[in-house]
Amino acid sequence: MKFKKLVITKLLPAVIFVLVGFTTFGQKTITGTVTDSDGEAIPGVSVLVKGTTTGTMTDAFGKYSVAVPNDATALVFSYIGMKTQEKTIEGNVTDCILSYDDSELAEVVVIGYGEVKKEDATGSIQSVSSDDFNKGNITSPQDLLTGKVSGVVITSSGGQPGGAATIRIRGGSSLNASNDPLFVVDGIPIDNGGIGGMANPLSTINPNDIESFTVLKDASATAIYGSRASNGVIIITTKKGHAGAMKISYNGNVSIGVPAKLLSVLSGDEYRTLLQQKVDEGIVSDVALTKIGDANTDWQNEIYQNAMSHDHNVSLSGSYKILPYRLSLGYTDQNGLLKYSDMKRSTIDLTLSPELFNNSLKLYLNGKAAFTDNNFSNTGAIGAAVQFDPTQPINNYNYRFGGYTAWVEASEDDQKNGMPNNIATHNPVALLEFTDNTSKSQRYFGNAKAEYIIPFMPELKVVVKGAYDYFNSEGHRYTDWLASWSHREPDQNVQDYSNMRYTSLFDSYLNYNKDFGTVHKVDFTAGYSWEHHYYEGTFIHHKWSASDSAVNAGSSAYKNEYLLASLFGRLNYNLLNKYLFTATVRYDGSSRFAPENRYGLFPSAAFAWKINEESFLRDITAITNLKLRLGWGKTGQQDIGSLYPYIPTYVISQTGAYYQFGNTFYPTLRPDPYDPSIKWEETVTENIGLDFGFMQEKIIGSIDVYKRITNDLLNDIPIAAGTNFSNHLITNVGSLENSGIEANLTVRPVSNKDMTLEVSGNFTYNVNKITKLTLVDDTTFVGYDVGGISGGVGNNVEINQVGYPANTYFLFQQIYDENGMPIEGLYTDKTGNGGEVAGDNLNKYYLENPAPQYLFGLSSRFTYKQFDVAFSGRFNIGNYVYNNNASSMALYQNLYNQSGYTSNILSDVSKSNFRTAQYWSDFYLENASFFRMDFVTAGYNFEKLVSEKLSGRLSFTVQNAFVVTKYSGIDPEISGGIDNNIFPRPRTFILGLNLNF
Amino acid sequence: MKHNKILYLLTAVMVLFLSSCFKSLNVEPIDPNVSTANNVFDSPEAYTQALAKIYASYALSGQTGGGGGNPDIGGIDEGFGNYLRQLWGLQELSTDEAIIAWDDATIKNFHWQTWAPNDVFLTALYSRIFYSITISNEFIRNADVAMETADGTFLADLKNYKAEARFLRAFSYYHAIDMFGNVPFVTEEDMPGAFFPEQISRADLFNYIESELKAIEPDLGAPRFEYGRADQAADWMLLSELYLNAEVYTGTPRYADAMTYVNKVLSAGYTLDDNYDDVFCADNNTSPEMIFPICFDGQNTQQYGGMTFILHASNGGGMPLNGIDGGWGGIRAIQNFVTGYFGATESDFSPDNPEDSTIADKRGMFFFNTDEGWQWNIDNVGTFTQGIGVTKFKNVVYPDRVNYPDSTLPAPNAHSTFVSTDFPVYRLAEAYLIYAECVVRGGGGDMGTAVNYINELRQRAYGDNSGDIIAGDLTLDFILAERARELYWEAHRRTDLIRFGKFTGGDYVWEWKGNTQAGTATDSYRDLYPIPSNDINANPNLTQNTGY
Repeated sequence: MKFKKLVITKLLPAVIFVLVGFTTFGQKTITGTVTDSDGEAIPGVSVLVKGTTTGTMTDAFGKYSVAVPNDATALVFSYIGMKTQEKTIEGNVTDCILSYDDSELAEVVVIGYGEVKKEDATGSIQSVSSDDFNKGNITSPQDLLTGKVSGVVITSSGGQPGGAATIRIRGGSSLNASNDPLFVVDGIPIDNGGIGGMANPLSTINPNDIESFTVLKDASATAIYGSRASNGVIIITTKKGHAGAMKISYNGNVSIGVPAKLLSVLSGDEYRTLLQQKVDEGIVSDVALTKIGDANTDWQNEIYQNAMSHDHNVSLSGSYKILPYRLSLGYTDQNGLLKYSDMKRSTIDLTLSPELFNNSLKLYLNGKAAFTDNNFSNTGAIGAAVQFDPTQPINNYNYRFGGYTAWVEASEDDQKNGMPNNIATHNPVALLEFTDNTSKSQRYFGNAKAEYIIPFMPELKVVVKGAYDYFNSEGHRYTDWLASWSHREPDQNVQDYSNMRYTSLFDSYLNYNKDFGTVHKVDFTAGYSWEHHYYEGTFIHHKWSASDSAVNAGSSAYKNEYLLASLFGRLNYNLLNKYLFTATVRYDGSSRFAPENRYGLFPSAAFAWKINEESFLRDITAITNLKLRLGWGKTGQQDIGSLYPYIPTYVISQTGAYYQFGNTFYPTLRPDPYDPSIKWEETVTENIGLDFGFMQEKIIGSIDVYKRITNDLLNDIPIAAGTNFSNHLITNVGSLENSGIEANLTVRPVSNKDMTLEVSGNFTYNVNKITKLTLVDDTTFVGYDVGGISGGVGNNVEINQVGYPANTYFLFQQIYDENGMPIEGLYTDKTGNGGEVAGDNLNKYYLENPAPQYLFGLSSRFTYKQFDVAFSGRFNIGNYVYNNNASSMALYQNLYNQSGYTSNILSDVSKSNFRTAQYWSDFYLENASFFRMDFVTAGYNFEKLVSEKLSGRLSFTVQNAFVVTKYSGIDPEISGGIDNNIFPRPRTFILGLNLNF
Repeated sequence: MKHNKILYLLTAVMVLFLSSCFKSLNVEPIDPNVSTANNVFDSPEAYTQALAKIYASYALSGQTGGGGGNPDIGGIDEGFGNYLRQLWGLQELSTDEAIIAWDDATIKNFHWQTWAPNDVFLTALYSRIFYSITISNEFIRNADVAMETADGTFLADLKNYKAEARFLRAFSYYHAIDMFGNVPFVTEEDMPGAFFPEQISRADLFNYIESELKAIEPDLGAPRFEYGRADQAADWMLLSELYLNAEVYTGTPRYADAMTYVNKVLSAGYTLDDNYDDVFCADNNTSPEMIFPICFDGQNTQQYGGMTFILHASNGGGMPLNGIDGGWGGIRAIQNFVTGYFGATESDFSPDNPEDSTIADKRGMFFFNTDEGWQWNIDNVGTFTQGIGVTKFKNVVYPDRVNYPDSTLPAPNAHSTFVSTDFPVYRLAEAYLIYAECVVRGGGGDMGTAVNYINELRQRAYGDNSGDIIAGDLTLDFILAERARELYWEAHRRTDLIRFGKFTGGDYVWEWKGNTQAGTATDSYRDLYPIPSNDINANPNLTQNTGY
């Protein structure tokens, strides 16, 4: 082996030489150069005389010079991410070549404003690299991560192409302020709020360009991001160029998505039979029989399609002389199950990472651009297809509505071409055909970073970053004048909008990293950050007719900005490589708050103990890692809807909201509510964790227990009447608490040249509880209603109340007959007051909530020679869903509406036999625990296919393979826990090809 | 050395940013639609616009037409959080004049008289009342500041404006005293912020409203000085209404005072409209009997609540559209009202002529058609076509009553959804009825005049003098009934029934009162609505009304 050879050929003679020749002398100076295996000089390498604390660091050119006692035998070279080396001193020149340390523990993880060796991390941090990403037709970054990280719940909003997702790390820490985590892309915190025409800005980042995610969960890790970190931080690192010749790689797939499950409704024949029966029973007026037709239309079948999609990415990476580069181009065309819904996206990503002045100045330049064409189609057709009378034909050959069957006012003589009935369900096919709802958006993201190592002080580094993120969308929603619903508000038939937002960011920091012998190591960072966020947009609507548009146009516009400025610092102190201390502090200022409340101080502290480094464990080779972590930290929140909540403002009314004096219509000036003393919401997190690795990393994992307490909640609450210019105000009232346990475990039972097997699991348990909500502690107060449903207006089924989780369901307890059927309108009289039980909210029960109590993610990967198979799935346990589809559409009363039209109802009506709506019956609250197989994939890797250089992989994947659940709706995974009108998630079959040249 | 230059440059850049950027956190709104309190009142026009906001707070729900965002109050859907819509609901749905089919939250509790302090609709009106009061207070403060330096016509305008703001504040406090009784009390002395207003007793609030209305009388414009604005006649009407109900509010009757102020209205030059239904059409801004309206306009004052709600929600089941684009199938009348006050029965309507009943009193504008599934008895409150349709309000105009009595034209500024019909808060007919009631209750006045006033109303209703009464007919029961016939669906009914002792209790029951089809007695504490629990929880100074 190399090492032996080295010992024999160099070390032994050297030792002899040293022993014989120089023992009696005083001091001497040793110089040398440290390089990596490619011959590149490495600055900042710690060079220590073995057994002492004497030492130095390499300069920007990898050179060092150190005075050593004559009796010194060897030097120790160490650098983060590289294997530490010991070199015997021979002569006055000792060069060293350091090799990269590829072991799991030496892996470097990206943290806020820097990076740290995994084994030295003190916070609750979890990384996911591209090997572990979810597979499938994935167009949005967050979908790569679903189910992979303990404590992180990602719920997509449905099957809309490029749709948004709700991401919660360790439950939500706020009630009304944002509960979204902070996203940091290549060191730049990004604004992940959507704008009209582009719901999910994350979807402009091509998943193929992502190298890894790091999720920072506890406050000791997140507090360096201060006011924006209360809900955790997700750091995205994108791919960069590498040394060497150009490599070209192609990644592509074609896929087809099919509906996994649709709501079960009555067929035309079933409908006619049921209607006749209900008319005979006297439940439905016999007028209804005159409204139905003789068709059998399956409306859901008419609006959905099998969704073909394809995705192509080409990347070129390598180094041109000293300039490493990576250029990637991506094109995605993703169709949704709903006809016309579509996202076409082109992306460009260019990264240059040159190192200048003998590597003392590292530059990182990245530019991304994404061009997206969205077709949102008309999601109203989803609900309409469930409700539109199945006995009606798609086309009844009218001339007024383009032939599409439409409900006409009962009082009209011509029931085909008369005045349309505006509150009736509209023809689902017409909803799709007569709606043009598209947008185009562009995003440009530029990021430049310079890292400069001070030549005369190589342990000190200066980093300066600047970024600009520009984002705009232009779109329209046109309703054809033939559409039966175009008559209701004709001045809304032509809607044009444009929105723009940009963020500019500047930050800079100093990093001082020094080893004082083997006992002390210090890594200190301090810096400054500044951000400016700006938004503007316009919305114009008018009638189709040009002459009308001038008179009747309505328009609105907005323009807003806010700024954040911060100072931050972190000290990592490593004692004896056993005891790790981290302290961070961030001092944040937000333009949202008045000068006297503007700044918040967010400190954190953490301690970690590498138990396996202790002498009593060091000899037990089975234990490769055992680390105990303790963390405490405070973070803040300022992300509320209002940008100037402390400033008294007046807003002028838009056209259509004028008031008449005499013959003149005046716009009105309204004072808006404000809270002069509004301030930061603060969350304190405590975390205890244990990381472990056994048997040469064949078993690795971690377990964390945490508690988060949020005080001074930024809460939109009713205020004392007469005290401000509204009845509600966002102000600091209330507290809530999250506590939980998380665990990760990866086992690699087989790992040899031909075969590997890896099984990973993660576990999450979180409970959320509101501990204070109002100024006055009134024991008779039932709470604030939340959770609006469809069916009626202002109907809520959830509540926020002290002692219960946020969004607890608040419903009457259904009474059942001896056959187990619910009795319509009969509920438990909780108060015992008698009378109309449903007339008194005090009779409602606090029941469950939409958040899963337990999550369990499971994934596995198996390779055998050139074949590989992998899957990933997850259990959500204890998540409840209010089945709003059933509560509003499985009712006999809906068969006929007195305004003169018939409607289909859900087949589920037979489970309740309810005639009228019983929205607050807990009959509709269902345990929606589920297991979803997110993907199953199989692949074959080939090398030297046509030529020596060509390698690649062919794969077949089933995404959303199956779901096991008792929930009766179409999909148990509902963000917010109220199931209505969801865009169905497809089951997708994907053929993927990867080629490398 | 080259490196050092770069270092210096970087340091310089950092220092530059450090020193300049912290300052820039002082930002003010940049949106051209938003002003700050410091720069908003830069012209006389701004005061007009701020005054217009107080008026608009009764008609509109926010700063965007129709209900499309930017609402004034929270916690409720915008279309529902409209002042007039909730005022109408609390005054009508709890009585025998109207019943609603919908499943919106607790809305059916009104008809059943089973509302609770956490009712979202009670909370909405209460919030609306205090919203209008708070923005009036703000306007009064700003007007006071401006009047220190203003002169000429601007000063005269400001005097008017300030008096109108005080009128509107009193108008809202009147709704508060009538419906909620003992409420928190704030004036222009109370700056916005985190404080707890004191609760005022109903009797003290009565004195405050009375003193305010008297104090502003000279500063208000003369009757009919400008349409849509509160003038002296509006002030007199509100005073006479306050005195008419004084016994309910304070325990002391004040009918003579009511008579004093209603007499001022009667001599102010208003005349009855020739046609009763013209008062409820889209051009009712031209009606000679309109004293104080809440204004709507299809193009300029668009709102899903308010009159748009009243017209659409009362339409459906084959009813004529009368200028709107379709019904929402919600509110209709019940048989106790139609039979009890107009003597009409099911047989008065036929499918051939579902609108033109054989009722002689043409104020009874109803619709009933068995061919469209209408049913006289209400078995299911949720079925719109059970009950009797009401066609009183219309979004059309009758251009030529003389030559073409039944032909209509679209409303001015017609819009198919948003109506142009104004809501009559006060009109001359009510002044006649107040006069007559004061006479009967011993508040002075002349019986012969009272009978003449009533007969004027009835001659218009019958088209001739076949409905005339004599002095002996003019009893309290007759007045309550006549008020129902003349003023139904104009948001007076609950107050009237309470004044006559027939709202709660078992003296008078109607279909579904107390949540039984036959109707049943209810508890008398429900003559007052509860203070909404949201405010009880936000303000420790408040005590809940008895019974809740």
